[in-house]
Amino acid sequence: MKDFDYRIVEEAAKQTYIRALCDLPPDVRAALKKAYDRETKPTARSVFEAIFRTIEIADRDKTLICQDTGLPIYKVKIGSAFPWNGARIKKCLYEGAKRATLEFPFRSSSTHPLTRVNPQTSVGVGLPVIYWDFQEDSDTLDILMAPKGSGSENMSKMQMFYPAHGVKALKKFVLDAVVESGANPCPPGIIGVGIGGTADLVVKLAKDAILRPVGRRNPDPQIAAMEEELEEAINATGRGPMGLGGDVSTLAVHIEMAYTHITQNPVAVNTQCWPARRARAVIRPDGSVEYGY
Amino acid sequence: MAEYHLKSPFSEEEIRKLRAGDIVTFDGLLFGIRDLTQIYMFDQNHEPPVSLAGAPCIHTAPSLRKAGDKWEKICVGTTTSTRMERFTPELIRRYGVRAIIGKGGLYQGSLDAMVKYGAVYLAIVGGSAALETRQIEEVEAVYWEHLHPEALYQFRVKNFGPLTVAMDSHGRHLYEEVKAEAVRRLPEIYKKLGV
Repeated sequence: MKDFDYRIVEEAAKQTYIRALCDLPPDVRAALKKAYDRETKPTARSVFEAIFRTIEIADRDKTLICQDTGLPIYKVKIGSAFPWNGARIKKCLYEGAKRATLEFPFRSSSTHPLTRVNPQTSVGVGLPVIYWDFQEDSDTLDILMAPKGSGSENMSKMQMFYPAHGVKALKKFVLDAVVESGANPCPPGIIGVGIGGTADLVVKLAKDAILRPVGRRNPDPQIAAMEEELEEAINATGRGPMGLGGDVSTLAVHIEMAYTHITQNPVAVNTQCWPARRARAVIRPDGSVEYGY
Repeated sequence: MAEYHLKSPFSEEEIRKLRAGDIVTFDGLLFGIRDLTQIYMFDQNHEPPVSLAGAPCIHTAPSLRKAGDKWEKICVGTTTSTRMERFTPELIRRYGVRAIIGKGGLYQGSLDAMVKYGAVYLAIVGGSAALETRQIEEVEAVYWEHLHPEALYQFRVKNFGPLTVAMDSHGRHLYEEVKAEAVRRLPEIYKKLGV
């Protein structure tokens, strides 16, 4: 453990932020293509065509897809056989996000909530957002990075229903939230839904949901069925790409679930824009790094 | 749906031809403005040092870099327009702006001004900064530099778009129409969901 060079983690934190901003994951590209193929409205098709040209330019020029560099989020999963120092990893994520911003360089989107002073580093008190998790039978440090833009994040919603409201209240809440959000979250993206847990956990579950590869269903068949049902309902509204009307209003609905209190029935929605950006680094104890999504 | 390729600045006649749902691309002059630009203009009474007549204005806070006297583009994207509603009717009435480019649309006050004076709202594809940046040929001038990244920017663009006419000078508002249609369909969708 003494020998592990933590500069590798800092570099991975930096690289994943830059990669996420410039290189859209293959599952998102495939979902956009599939959506375009079934879209029939001419204005909506022109939105998709602009999207594809944007992705092409970002690929070729290694440039930012969207100017909103978002707030940096890191989901860290530590394998049981990975030698680690949590405090060091935390510091590396902070420094890596800051270095990505200053060295690429790109706009810092973080700011003090009262003074509104932007430190120009993308980090600050409470940032980057870091989630920790652990994995049995693994010797890797898995870092998933997601820059979260504000157009979609500003459309987040949470509600504590009662058990008496039933599952139908959750479904209506999700559908109404999407209809209300219109063009703001740059649709068609991913609708992340959290159900169950506590007030804080349900929102975190909705965030987990948008970070899942597009279209990968929840392993619980009952929840997977609800995902399909809500997808169909949202697309039936005709809101369309960029809220300008069309057949495709969302690429996918993803739901994550946790057990909740016997008196509670919480739901949360976290939307993701069409540039559903994320990047991954898998680090091994020998210091090798594999980049992916 | 018609497609148009225009040259800016625009004439009233050209703009009156555009109907909600049409697709527009254009070459020429484009101004970049944002919240602070307009607070400076309208709340603090500063006259723009350049004529905006006939021009399109895009809601943006561009990433630029200054090399000597010259400004170079890094990344130019578009922000949500609704925050700019308060200023837009005056921007159209007083300065003769003929097109507002943004995402998400504006409200009734802006639509009324568009009908009265001949202007449109052109919806850009949000999140497509890489494409927009490519279509900007040059940053010709930055006025009120101390407000950067919310100054007044003068760009020259080529094949800028595609843009969808989302609010036209005949009173049509595409976002509102699409939303009204979604609301009309909701009872049936609720029924199917069992809610």
